[in-house]
Amino acid sequence: MGKFSRNVGSFDWVLIVLYLALISIGWINIYSASYDATADSFFSMDNLHSKQLLWILLGFFIISFILFLEAKFFERFSSVIYIASLLSLLLLFIFGKTISGATSWYNLGFMSLQPSEFAKAATALALAKYLSDIQTNIKTIRDQVRALAIIALPALIIIPQPDPGSALVYAAFIFPLYREGLAASYLILGASSITLFVLTLLIGPLYVALAVILIAAFLFYRNRKRRPSKRLYIGITFVACLFAFSVNYIFENIFEQRHRDRFNIVLGKEVDAKSIGYNTQQSEIAIGNGGWFGRGFLEGTQTKGKFVPEQHTDYIFSTVGEEWGFLGSTLVIGLFILLILRIIQLSEKQKNDFSRIYGYSVAGILFIHFVVNIGMVVGLLPTVGIPLPFFSYGGSGLWGFTILLFIFVKLDGNRVNEW
Amino acid sequence: MRKALLLFIVLTTGILFVSRLFYLQVYDTSAAVLSESNAIKKQYEIPQRGRIYDRNGKLLVSNQPSYDLMAIPREVKPFDTLQLCKLLNITKEKLVKQLDKARKYSPRHPSVIVPTMSQGEFAYLGEQMRKYEGFFIQKRSLRDYQVDFGANFLGYIQEVHQGIIDKNPYYTGGDLIGRQGVEQQYEDILRGEKGIKYLQKDRFNRVIGPYKEGALDKEPVEGKNIHLTIDAELQKYGQELMKGKRGGIVAIEPATGEILALITAPNYDPALMVGRERSKNYSLLDQDSIAKPLYDRALLGEYAPGSPFKALTGLIALQEDAMDIDEKVYCHGGMRYGRNRNFGCHHHRSPVSMIDGIAYSCNAYFGTAYLNSINKYNTPQEGITVWENHLKSFGLGDFMGYDLPIGKRGLIPTAKMYNRTYNYPKRRWGAAATLSNSIGQGEVLMTPVQMAHFTATIANRGWYYKPHILKKIEGTDTIPQDFATKKYTTIEPEHYEPIIQGLNDVYNYGTAASLKVPGIEISGKTGTAENFARIDGEKVQLTDHSTFVAFAPRENPKIAIAIFVENGYWGFRYGGRIASLMIEKYINREVTRKDLENWILTHSLEEEYAKPLSGEPFRINY
Repeated sequence: MGKFSRNVGSFDWVLIVLYLALISIGWINIYSASYDATADSFFSMDNLHSKQLLWILLGFFIISFILFLEAKFFERFSSVIYIASLLSLLLLFIFGKTISGATSWYNLGFMSLQPSEFAKAATALALAKYLSDIQTNIKTIRDQVRALAIIALPALIIIPQPDPGSALVYAAFIFPLYREGLAASYLILGASSITLFVLTLLIGPLYVALAVILIAAFLFYRNRKRRPSKRLYIGITFVACLFAFSVNYIFENIFEQRHRDRFNIVLGKEVDAKSIGYNTQQSEIAIGNGGWFGRGFLEGTQTKGKFVPEQHTDYIFSTVGEEWGFLGSTLVIGLFILLILRIIQLSEKQKNDFSRIYGYSVAGILFIHFVVNIGMVVGLLPTVGIPLPFFSYGGSGLWGFTILLFIFVKLDGNRVNEW
Repeated sequence: MRKALLLFIVLTTGILFVSRLFYLQVYDTSAAVLSESNAIKKQYEIPQRGRIYDRNGKLLVSNQPSYDLMAIPREVKPFDTLQLCKLLNITKEKLVKQLDKARKYSPRHPSVIVPTMSQGEFAYLGEQMRKYEGFFIQKRSLRDYQVDFGANFLGYIQEVHQGIIDKNPYYTGGDLIGRQGVEQQYEDILRGEKGIKYLQKDRFNRVIGPYKEGALDKEPVEGKNIHLTIDAELQKYGQELMKGKRGGIVAIEPATGEILALITAPNYDPALMVGRERSKNYSLLDQDSIAKPLYDRALLGEYAPGSPFKALTGLIALQEDAMDIDEKVYCHGGMRYGRNRNFGCHHHRSPVSMIDGIAYSCNAYFGTAYLNSINKYNTPQEGITVWENHLKSFGLGDFMGYDLPIGKRGLIPTAKMYNRTYNYPKRRWGAAATLSNSIGQGEVLMTPVQMAHFTATIANRGWYYKPHILKKIEGTDTIPQDFATKKYTTIEPEHYEPIIQGLNDVYNYGTAASLKVPGIEISGKTGTAENFARIDGEKVQLTDHSTFVAFAPRENPKIAIAIFVENGYWGFRYGGRIASLMIEKYINREVTRKDLENWILTHSLEEEYAKPLSGEPFRINY
């Protein structure tokens, strides 16, 4: 107890206030999205918003617990936590409960628990531990492979659940890796692969290949005085063209139809409001309905009519858009960005590598969720089912993000004690 | 650089998202419109349309329930087609065709399969309806006419078409709107305001409750009943007298400008414009291009007014000091004017003064009076302009401003018009060129309602209210200000007395001496207007039109009336007789001269109307 009270002043209150603001606004919107005028009392546990309120309150106990623990606990036990987390994912294959096609939950009777929501924090701890090790040098291939293994292991277990959306989040670890010295070429490779992929889908491989060749020739010509390696240029150009021509194969054969549809909708190639495009279209209608100031709390016609499927979970942001308008949604986006920027800022202040790497992981994970979720809801990115942190309905998700964030709050609060 | 990457990406994403939100929420408003249509259902409640009464409180038009058989094609389950056809009294082909049409329009929205069934037809069907899934009955309100006349001023109601819906946001498909007559003129008052309920729908199109707790809902406002100035009994009587004739009768109460009767012949039963047979009936009436029953002759027929116009010529001459009241004019079969031309007249006592001139309808007298009035001025242009302004002060030569949606201006010629005709100033023209105006023949044109109106103005000795048909809106006690404002002519009141004496003498010893009504002092004027038709490209003269104007009694006049009977020959023969009967009917509420009444009722002009169409040579004016 003594330790906690001594530390209270050192916790970052900006983070805590942002957290409280986000879960409050999130809950108000869940209340609206799940509102049913005919329902029983406010506290009836049949109401989603009542349940969510319970998860939030229980979340406070989890926060207290984390803040009570010794800061060093997380660094010391990171491997144990990581392994336990992997086990919890593996055991799903035996004891898992299937909800809407994905075997991602343990049935605890009164609630379902989704271990993948907790695995993110565990992986972040493990990666931070590994990278902060004095012997690790991320510039070597060997250590790169090991780091990749730490990240990929949980993702690979999650993919066949199947829950590729949750697995996608592990891409977030590219940010701490890069911050710690991973070669920029990996990022460039990743970014250019995505660009090539999307471009090829849009304008076809032939034009992409032509463009690639032209750009390569231009760069070669400009750098000619430095005597660039012809082989390297030709090699990269060849691989890029090969990739462009194989995009269609990947798209048509490795992707499933629903994935293809999701891409096509965002790329504007296909608008089918009845089946696959329904979610996106209804979500855009609801958001557009908000106007400058929104329809007001419980006044969203699209929300009340439950036109947007999964509006209390993945599509919760459409409720914000409809009922609180452009100003409200901009505020929420602002809060998220402040939160992420604050985490980055604090991470940079850490004197301890472990805390910094962990902080970057937290920022990266929150950012990926934020981008993929809101990008999907506003119709900029293909549909990928991952929750909006602190907003979407669900106990596991809320607790997962709470743990993720508050371990960082604890580590950061301990900064002054490091010396 | 390594520290800035995530920072940079996060900020860029933020800007991108906010721009996207700006586009969706502020810039592109199509989503908001779409949202209204898919989440909110508007349910209309149509109020009862106002009833229409006559000036004595007799009900003319009320409402009757009517039933539409509707179907939502998607929900229609296989059913016993034959049985339903029997119940509906339609053929199977028709039913299948209607259902196909409905399906093509929309499988999800209700369409009308059989419109406007009567209570009787519905009674059969009602209890069987549950057998036919996807079908339902929609109740509507239709007009129920209590009288078989007056279609011309009552108008009718019909379903709004797309053009109206686009222009006026009040109306939506299936709404009814007044067309023609008072139904159109007082649409806003008669229809009331429909109620709207906004209902929140869910994604299955189910209603889940009121939208915003009904805060936007509107209760329907009942349509108001209106009372017309029409005297139903007089209207009906006039309609009967006009059977077999073509023309119009307009009766006005001089003291108020209220239209007592507005008759056009031939006419039709307003009930023809109601229900399932409406469009068929309308086509039949519309296609009758010879009798033209849809053409309201009382409001639209522009005719040469003929001799009744002499009263106006006399008034202007007196006002302009162009004639002394006792000045006499010799008439030996007409007057000489210009270069040896004759302005013909019939045989009567000569010489005549103003009063006799009216009583005998002397062309020479009024020709002289007219020329004197115009030639008083230095140029004929000036003279004609003065003359024209006097007539315009009666409200002639323009729309009357009455409260019915149709009308014609008539024509009062202007100096400008004659300048154009005679190519002035290259060639000059004199007052004599326009001499026919003096007796209402030349260029002057009037509608029957205009003739009744100037007669009423003479009866009032120089003032009038605009003619109108609305007496009262129930629940309010005002009529439009325009109809309650007294208007004055440019003729001094004292000039009216000699003219009225002349009109009175028409009955005492003049052209209508045999039409006196015992106990009522009538003043009137016969008119016989030449007219022509074009048959096979040749101008052929037809039997003259019979016109008549009158008012009674002489003091405190109660009724002013104008009659126009196409090809009725002498003004006395049809116009005079009908006017006399109408006045007796209105003032005494009873007609005692049964012989006269019988003569009119049994005399038809159909034979006369058939002549120009027969292709044979024919005689006129006998």
